[in-house]
Amino acid sequence: MPAMNMIQALNSALDTLLSEDPNVVVFGEDVGYFGGVFRVTDGLQKKHGLTRCFDTPIGEAGIVALGIGMSVNGLKPVVEIQFADYIYPAYDQIVSEAARIRYRSGGDFHVPLVIRTPYGGGIYGGQTHSQSPEALFTHVAGLKVVIPSNPRDAKGLLISAVEDPDPVIFLEPKRLYNGPFDGHHDKPVMPWAKHKASDVPEGRYVVPLGEAAIVRPGAAVTVLTYGTMVHVAMAAAEEAGIDAEIIDLRTLMPLDIKTILRSVEKTGRCVVAHEATMTSGFGAELCALVQQHCFYHLEAPVQRVAGWDTPYPHAFEWEYFPGPERVIQGLKRALES
Amino acid sequence: MRNRGRLSLRIPQPPHRPGDTPDFSNIIVPPAGAMDRPPVDAKARDMIGYAYGLIRVLDENGQAVGQWNPRLGADVLKKGLRDMMLTRAYDDRMYRVQRQGKISFYVKSTGEEAVSVASAHALERDDMCFPAYRQQGFLIARGYPLLDMMCQCFSNARDPIKGRQLPVMYSSREYGFFTVSGNLGTQFPQAVGWALASAYKNDDKIAVSFIGEGTSAEGDFHHALNFASVYRAPVVLNVVNNQWAISSFSGIAGGEEATFASRAIGYSLPGLRVDGNDYLAVYAAMQWAAERARANLGATLIEHYTYRAEAHSTSDDPSRYRPTDEWSAWPLGDPVARLKQHMIAIGIWSEEQHLALAEEIAAEVREIQREAESIGTLAGGSRPQASTMFEDVFAEVPWHLEAQKKEAGV
Repeated sequence: MPAMNMIQALNSALDTLLSEDPNVVVFGEDVGYFGGVFRVTDGLQKKHGLTRCFDTPIGEAGIVALGIGMSVNGLKPVVEIQFADYIYPAYDQIVSEAARIRYRSGGDFHVPLVIRTPYGGGIYGGQTHSQSPEALFTHVAGLKVVIPSNPRDAKGLLISAVEDPDPVIFLEPKRLYNGPFDGHHDKPVMPWAKHKASDVPEGRYVVPLGEAAIVRPGAAVTVLTYGTMVHVAMAAAEEAGIDAEIIDLRTLMPLDIKTILRSVEKTGRCVVAHEATMTSGFGAELCALVQQHCFYHLEAPVQRVAGWDTPYPHAFEWEYFPGPERVIQGLKRALES
Repeated sequence: MRNRGRLSLRIPQPPHRPGDTPDFSNIIVPPAGAMDRPPVDAKARDMIGYAYGLIRVLDENGQAVGQWNPRLGADVLKKGLRDMMLTRAYDDRMYRVQRQGKISFYVKSTGEEAVSVASAHALERDDMCFPAYRQQGFLIARGYPLLDMMCQCFSNARDPIKGRQLPVMYSSREYGFFTVSGNLGTQFPQAVGWALASAYKNDDKIAVSFIGEGTSAEGDFHHALNFASVYRAPVVLNVVNNQWAISSFSGIAGGEEATFASRAIGYSLPGLRVDGNDYLAVYAAMQWAAERARANLGATLIEHYTYRAEAHSTSDDPSRYRPTDEWSAWPLGDPVARLKQHMIAIGIWSEEQHLALAEEIAAEVREIQREAESIGTLAGGSRPQASTMFEDVFAEVPWHLEAQKKEAGV
């Protein structure tokens, strides 16, 4: 099996889908000839043709609306929003339309659309190249929200997302595109090739939506996280010598509640970690669910480690990004109280 | 003090307010038949005049004149007249039903029946429509059961969309009528996407969409025109300019100095401005645009110039912002009256036949209303099962919705 980074894995997923299903089309800004600003669609136009993978005008609402209309006419569009920070112009099309069409039509129409978008910080992206807007989508009835944390999952989840009959917001942690990142910005970044999850099979395989992965079994405390923070949490647990059970949620909606509850009932303690701002972030939903379902198993308040409630700053990247040190503090709060 | 003038803010105002005598003498109504019909492969840049003129077929004597005359047979005309009358009778009936408290809300299309009905008749049955909420005539013209429309408004057990939407938000895949959304303008670029998929599949179907002139101020209007132009989408984009967006006159939408059809020019699309109360003109313009789309020549923007004769909705009182008799002064008249006059003028219709048809339609609508009400209304009778509230959010009901359904006890 070839070692793939996340970009290559996503590219391989799209290549597989385009090869196997003539209804799959891929489009977005700079996605076609150029192959995408992050190279995720590199070579796809050349291999599959102009009408299968093409460039669009700069108009996010138009891109998503086009995808909705095509979905209704039997295609399976995979559209790209260049940065999650620029998905807001399409918010009306996503929330009022894609998410509601099956419901409001009594099941008459549905939208098997996938919206891929790079998200997350840790790259000196400043305010509009770093955001983590997942909570804006998990709050919307009718949307599925998926976030991979490694190449193997990225390909399998993207294939599942495209084959799923519902609209999926597929958030790609751009910090993880080229290698796992544990938050130690002062150390050289390891390439994916040295990570076991870079073993990506050729051809079709799926990682099912709605299933979390226990990436580090442990007994002392449960960490609920996703995206880049999976790797940060791993580093934090190792460095602090804490026997944490780290769960990569992979799908935020629908959530794998069973895996979460089983773990928290076992450990009695829980830390929720995400890059997104704290208040009304997806972590609040996780805390509420754990509190509701595991109240009598909990031995300490559920802790949250998240981005501060500020716009994402440029110069203060590492004061803002919830790195290993802050996760360790969260773990200690959960263990010591 | 520098030698400069002071700026002042301009807010467009409609020509008439309540109490004023409506005067539309400033509206230029070119004679019927004055515009020639270009070939469907005409270059958009050679068609600029059509965006500022007004395509009209029916003259003041009820004769069909000029190159745009679609030369329809008596059967098509009779069907057109009947569907317009049926739409109006249905609207009148449902308006009354709302006043009786049996439905929560209703939207009439009075005065605009030609736009929807003639468009539907000019298209093929499997062309896809992305309507706004005032295109009930399109659905009626395609023969969608009036009973299902009423049941949707009543949100009863037979409501095809299971009581989930406000009245008039119809949906029917089978009849090529995309689910109506309360969010204005979203359907315009979606229609472009549908059309592109049709082209991608080398299909022969085209898409058509309708929005009001007020909605043309939404960003989605721009996206639709731009994407349609870039990819040469087989779509007909329609702006129904009925002069009013609730209480705002068309000048607030940007229509004071330029026509809505003229928006097409910057996108290199043909823009046709059509007498929206002229069944034959609407039919001919839609036919032209559909033919152009089917020939892979791309999209057309049509502005249907008409007048919203009634309140915006049952929640609106137009006497608060415009003269009550403004419609009677409207220079383009009533689409039903004008087609009727034409059919009488060419000897295929009579006052007696018209009266008989009106009575027949009224009885038909009354009968269907009785049947629909016997199934249930908002005030009583059957409802969709409350447990279905949790279905169709996703293809499969996820665990959290199962839990909520249980908690709701339905």
